[in-house]
Amino acid sequence: MELTGAEIAIRCLQEEGVEYIFGYPGGAVLHIYDALFQQDKVKHILVRHEQAAIHAADGYARSSEKVGVALVTSGPGLTNAVTGIATAYMDSIPMVVISGQVPTFAIGEDAFQEVDAVGITRPCVKHNFLVKDVKDIAATIKKAFYLANSGRPGPVLVDIPKDVSNQKTAFEYPSSVNIRSYHPVGKGDSSQIKRAAQMLLEAKRPMVYAGGGVILSGASGELTDLVRLLGFPCTNTLMGLGGFPASDQQFVGMLGMHGTYEANMAMQYCDVLVAVGARFDDRVIGNVAHFAQVPRKIIHIDIDPSSIAKRVKVDVPIVGDVKLVLEELLAVLRNSKQKPDATNLASWWKQVNEWRVKGGGLRYKNSDEVIKPQYVIETLHKITEGDAFVTSDVGQHQMWAAQYYKFNKPRRWINSGGLGTMGFGLPAAMGVQLINPGATVACVTGEGSIQMNIQELSTCKQFHLPIKVLSLNNRYLGMVRQWQQFFHGNRYSESYMDALPDFVKLAEAYGHIGMRIVQPSDVEPALREAFARKNDLVFMDFQTDSTENVFPMVPGGKGLSEVILAEDL
Amino acid sequence: MTIVTTGSDAIMEQINKQLNKLVDVAAVMDLSEGQHIERELMLVKVDAAESSAREELKRLTDIFRGRILDVSNHTYTIELTGSRSKLDSFLEAIGRDLILETVRTGASGIGRGERILKL
Repeated sequence: MELTGAEIAIRCLQEEGVEYIFGYPGGAVLHIYDALFQQDKVKHILVRHEQAAIHAADGYARSSEKVGVALVTSGPGLTNAVTGIATAYMDSIPMVVISGQVPTFAIGEDAFQEVDAVGITRPCVKHNFLVKDVKDIAATIKKAFYLANSGRPGPVLVDIPKDVSNQKTAFEYPSSVNIRSYHPVGKGDSSQIKRAAQMLLEAKRPMVYAGGGVILSGASGELTDLVRLLGFPCTNTLMGLGGFPASDQQFVGMLGMHGTYEANMAMQYCDVLVAVGARFDDRVIGNVAHFAQVPRKIIHIDIDPSSIAKRVKVDVPIVGDVKLVLEELLAVLRNSKQKPDATNLASWWKQVNEWRVKGGGLRYKNSDEVIKPQYVIETLHKITEGDAFVTSDVGQHQMWAAQYYKFNKPRRWINSGGLGTMGFGLPAAMGVQLINPGATVACVTGEGSIQMNIQELSTCKQFHLPIKVLSLNNRYLGMVRQWQQFFHGNRYSESYMDALPDFVKLAEAYGHIGMRIVQPSDVEPALREAFARKNDLVFMDFQTDSTENVFPMVPGGKGLSEVILAEDL
Repeated sequence: MTIVTTGSDAIMEQINKQLNKLVDVAAVMDLSEGQHIERELMLVKVDAAESSAREELKRLTDIFRGRILDVSNHTYTIELTGSRSKLDSFLEAIGRDLILETVRTGASGIGRGERILKL
């Protein structure tokens, strides 16, 4: 039997086991929406803005091990999606985006709602396709899923012109896929892994630095085993939080611009550093030249060769899937008669613990009069027993959530680390809640970020998503204000948010429950009340201290040891 | 596809890796790592209205082992292949005043001897 291109596209999604698809209809995808309507295996979540569709698919993927799927129309549908696609690309999130395109005969004629989707997304997708023949749809979608979810994951765009989605052909879903020029690596090089093991065993001041690759590879168990076997200190990047349990004594906290003093100092002064699924980006090691001033051997495990030796020189590169490499490395270490030198390790830990004391830990001065944002996060952690899925937007609240919500499990911390996309938190939480029904999902946001996708409160209502939104409302674009205070002579250029809406009424207008919390003593009762409402979305507008800053801070362009601590100001 | 670029060893390594990362790219070879041959094709239209210039242009074309492909009352159209620097030298020898139009393909490169880029 012959099917239309649209029917084939939906059948492909069914074959891939797609349960939810996030999207927004429009002219160029009408055939596809018609095919969606006539089946019930793939459930469609209607968002209120295409950017939110992509973020929701993204949150869905991050909190599970599945590929996120979104469907948008041509032109503005696609351009609205681009920010979401770039967000997923920067954080290597597996995703397939299907976009409508104007009919093939109209391409290039400035047709209504035409944009060059393949051209506009090229720099922010793992790969993209324009399907010009209905016979190619099935094979292309098969390839798209394979590409998105193999090797270093990433978003893949499939652009389908309207006429192609309406033409008919026989449907057969390919059972396998072969791309001649694409061969993602699996296992790492065994001799390099042996070299790495030896280097780790001989280290005097070793350090484990683990990033988002650990989460994506499902290797947090292996990472935890490795760190405990060796007894080394371990830090996680913003993307890696939960990869190693934050409550473990060997965890020295997140590193980087707002990392702990001990994590950054240990990073700077270690003699052997093993980087696992992390990429030494500017927010992590700060100034490259400053980082290079202290000699250290670097072992770098990553699935993407282009991440290795990009910003720092690497002594032992290991290209491979983090999980498989760590398994092999663990086996080598377990079979080795040699153990790390206990005396060296003890004196290194003594040094790290001195830094812990000197840095004073993550701390803030709580107040009886004004709500401190850090206190809200600490209380959130307490109320949810550290077991919630926490999504965030971008800015100060994101850093406080990363610092104060002690993630012990992978895939619980959902944030836009690479691109830093405001507006990510709420739609991402929708995807998280859908794939984890019944789970506690908190969206930590600010009054700036939440307004970038606040329309999604409507989607949450329609699909009964009982997300708890914690807006840390300080009336400022806090991180911008902080930089202006530190580096721009207190000139708060356009960082004050005047004419804010009444968020309680706004939440109520969307059919949700709104709460305004002004007194510090009300924080815990309010959170308890909100989280007790299992079936409701509760929007909590916390009126927080507008002058609070995120510490510690390694200013942009500075080295990891050139840190500003809370007491320095 | 031959791509000509410049950079430190670290940048060349990163360019190589980034090209390999593209899904459609089957293989990348850094030709400059070994012996290789490089050729570029150029077509130049020059002002040959003056008879003295015509002779000089013909002579230069012969010296550079080029060919005159087309002739009009006022112009010569010359074809030249070689390395980028050879083509640059030819243009310099003719002089800016006489050059009416230049079209260049960019370099094509191949390894010498047994060096083969093949899947």
